[in-house]
Amino acid sequence: MPIKVENVNFIYNEGTPYATVALENITFEIQDEEFVGIIGHTGSGKSTLIQHLNGLLKPTSGKIYINGIDITDKKVNLKEIRKQVGLVFQYPEYQLFEETVFKDIAFGPTNLGLNEEEIKKRVYEAMDIVGINRELADKSPFEISGGQKRRIAIAGILAMKPKILILDEPTAGLDPKGKEEILNRIKEIHDKYKMITILVSHSMEEIARFANKIIVMNKGRIELMGTPREVFSEAEMLEKIGLGVPQITSLARELRQRGIPIPQDVLTIEEAKEHIVRYLRGTKNV
Amino acid sequence: MFRNITIGQYVPGDSVVHKLDPRIKIIITFIFIIAIFFINKLSGYLFAVFYLWLIIAISKIPFSYILKGLRPVIVILLLTVSLNIFFTPGGTILYTVGPLRITTGGLRLALFMGLRLIFLIIGTSLLTLTTSPISLTDGIEHILKPFSSIGVPAHELAMMMTIALRFIPTLIEEAEKIMKAQMARGADFESGNIVKRAKGLVPLLVPLFISAFRRADELAIAMESRCYKGGQNRTRMKQLKTQPRDYAALAVTLIIVMLIVWNRSWTW
Repeated sequence: MPIKVENVNFIYNEGTPYATVALENITFEIQDEEFVGIIGHTGSGKSTLIQHLNGLLKPTSGKIYINGIDITDKKVNLKEIRKQVGLVFQYPEYQLFEETVFKDIAFGPTNLGLNEEEIKKRVYEAMDIVGINRELADKSPFEISGGQKRRIAIAGILAMKPKILILDEPTAGLDPKGKEEILNRIKEIHDKYKMITILVSHSMEEIARFANKIIVMNKGRIELMGTPREVFSEAEMLEKIGLGVPQITSLARELRQRGIPIPQDVLTIEEAKEHIVRYLRGTKNV
Repeated sequence: MFRNITIGQYVPGDSVVHKLDPRIKIIITFIFIIAIFFINKLSGYLFAVFYLWLIIAISKIPFSYILKGLRPVIVILLLTVSLNIFFTPGGTILYTVGPLRITTGGLRLALFMGLRLIFLIIGTSLLTLTTSPISLTDGIEHILKPFSSIGVPAHELAMMMTIALRFIPTLIEEAEKIMKAQMARGADFESGNIVKRAKGLVPLLVPLFISAFRRADELAIAMESRCYKGGQNRTRMKQLKTQPRDYAALAVTLIIVMLIVWNRSWTW
């Protein structure tokens, strides 16, 4: 289910004294099975952009195609689009409202008009995927921990079986352990179901670890786009717009400047370790 | 869907109207409201129109904003006007529909009531459009202060209003966010009959209330940790001081009021 975005512009409060340009000439394509990271700091237009991808916002001008269907068209069936494009908002636990965890996860599938059996199957499946014990199904979503709440909210989207999964800062406000959990689950889901996954984040490390394509947003425009290696080799540009590169890439750059031959596009700790060990061995042998 | 509400919204600016002492502005608004009810001829509205036009021109508030403020009350306006048209006796009968009859007296009263409502709304929304919520409640607190000796909790009332006003935009934003999140889960807020729609609001209202209570809790803790304690002779950063322009505004208003009273004795 490829996504194609063409020359999208979006203006908030158009025609009032408060009009602000939120998106400017956005164009990109995402192919099947891709894991895309979107980075940019607060107010760069990330959240606005992803809300366009399931028709919650309509572009002021430009076109968006999901699987070849123009979703900016007035006649398009938005419910169908939202079934295919699952969007997990920032702090999704704030939208929980049902009496039990089960009912809350079932909200999406119920809206899709599925029968009871199918709903039940999907809810338990989704709970398994996000790693929530089935015994919690009858608990109130308000009496469980924050990390669990968030996973339940994500399960609520997964139970709709979307073909495209978009997550807006899914790790915001979680402790390191909770962050790891969520990220690993997302990676697992992507690997297992091969759905297009779009991860919006502040953290270079998170994006560098998982994405095979990165979109860097700044002031409503796409500043950079490409593979992690391509994007993070533009360290100066990233720093200029206040983003920076993963810490390990930054370390590699420092080492290079001190004359140690490490490639400047090191992205993960493992890679860096390998290069550093090789270098140390090399100097000892001399 | 919530973005069109302009009642109670503040449009920042630095005109003389914006800078007036909020106490004077509140008092002027009250005087204007009372004066509206003194008008007994159509010609009297000319003075009110002139007065409002003067304020709008000086404050540079876009006229479209003021019209937008009228939109949410259109139903009330239409209801008032039609009730007056059909149920006022007196004057010559122009038209009869079953038990209802339209009379010249009814038409006249409907016109007056309609105009009165419109002027009331425009007048009061000009106050909120040109006064920031903070200075508005500051003004209210000052006006209520003399009554605190008879047990009116002036400071507490003002603080409650400040907080309530402050959180209106926050809650609207929150409501929009939750709505979008539920729509992403296939919720439908726009179609179906009344019962279905009311039921459809549950996924919006439950999270909204929870977050409102959470915010209230957090705010209370934040205020207490900064040692906030009611109205115990707190001093303020911005002292309200009346300036010559405030007296000038008051004078202009009083002149308009006198003209309106004088207008009552006109023959047309």
